[in-house]
Amino acid sequence: MALDKNQIAQRIAQELLHNTYVNLGIGIPTLVANYIPKGIDIEFQSENGVLGMGPFPFEGDEDPDLINAGKQTITTLSGAVLFDSATSFAMIRGKHVQLTVLGAMEVSENGDIANWKIPGKMVKGMGGAMDLVASADNIIVAMMHTNRQGESKILKKCTLPITGVNCVKKVVTNLAVLEITQNGFKLLERAPGVSVEDIKNSTAADLIIEGEIPEMKF
Amino acid sequence: MINKVVDNIEKALDGVEGNMTFMVGGFGLSGIPENAIDALSKKDIFGLTCISNNAGVDDFGLGLLLKRKQIKKMISSYVGENAEFERQMLSGELEVDLIPQGSLAERCRAGGAGIPAFFTPAGYGTEVAEGKEVREYNGKPHILESALTADFAFVKAWKGDTAGNLIFKGTARNFNPLMAMAGKITVAEVEELVEAGELDPNQIHTPGIFVQRIFQGEKYEKRIEQRTVRTKE
Repeated sequence: MALDKNQIAQRIAQELLHNTYVNLGIGIPTLVANYIPKGIDIEFQSENGVLGMGPFPFEGDEDPDLINAGKQTITTLSGAVLFDSATSFAMIRGKHVQLTVLGAMEVSENGDIANWKIPGKMVKGMGGAMDLVASADNIIVAMMHTNRQGESKILKKCTLPITGVNCVKKVVTNLAVLEITQNGFKLLERAPGVSVEDIKNSTAADLIIEGEIPEMKF
Repeated sequence: MINKVVDNIEKALDGVEGNMTFMVGGFGLSGIPENAIDALSKKDIFGLTCISNNAGVDDFGLGLLLKRKQIKKMISSYVGENAEFERQMLSGELEVDLIPQGSLAERCRAGGAGIPAFFTPAGYGTEVAEGKEVREYNGKPHILESALTADFAFVKAWKGDTAGNLIFKGTARNFNPLMAMAGKITVAEVEELVEAGELDPNQIHTPGIFVQRIFQGEKYEKRIEQRTVRTKE
């Protein structure tokens, strides 16, 4: 069975390291916060100016002056701090935020990512994505393996305008966990019940497959 | 103490003309100068260049100026919440310069801080880097980004005093302190205006030297774009 969006987030949560600062992008990445493993302390940064972001507020407690980068109402945890956008991106550009998890339309085998523009169709802007991918030491992409037309989003080369070059380290999709190595995509894990053959059939890029590929564990 | 208080919105906007460049604070609809935007949308000024992280929504924020086609060019990082914006952009009526959010923030800060340009890794190898100087530092390529300034900067704070000192609340701070620095004339609107001396100098975010005019906004709608809640167990 291919993973659903929550399970993709749950698998990515296994990558979280104790006592680190993490920026979660909009969409599936936001869900990662729901699955932090026990004993792991994380502070979430949102680039609009908050560190120590908490869960959504209870109904009636929403504060228009307290939102995340997806413009959703949020809360802050004790020890949280608020700051301006230049300070926020100093944290990001200066590599003080250790992990960035973000969504993508395409990822290529050299670690390029495209997620901000479809020429002539959709131009929403890059927001903070270009700053985030240009600087974080660890970048994990959360996305579906194929698009709505069933075409692979795991490519030899991106076809859409890129957001950053040589930056993605790992990709977690509904089918697989892939690592980006110097030689391209390496298949690390497969979704429960999904065969290596299934993954190969859904992937436009070449895959490095060494030995038995284990199923993801939850 | 230099008194920065203006009596009303008309005086706050004195000197505003068409074809000017404005900075407008806020992230999404959070921390936008609602009163200034509303007043600008009622003026017959056109051909504006607006520097703002977002472009509001169809019927609020900078969307009000877009609807009247007062804006010729937007400089933003993300404009996804506004259908009219997307229509004007795709049809070519509206010129749009999309730049990475961190570069936008730093370009405003630099503009106010007397730094004409800086190198950043953000955007290297992308469309954003086209035509820009590239230099390697510590083995990594960076692109040259220039500072931004504006004829007017419109910012919004939670509290302010008559000397123009500002305190922001929550994530409504965002671009406001940086744009305050970069405006030739910075107009600050606040929810609560107090006498100089009433704010704790240790707690002030934006020093009044960056603010030329200050007034207390008449009302704040503070619209929420994405109301997300959890239910009590």
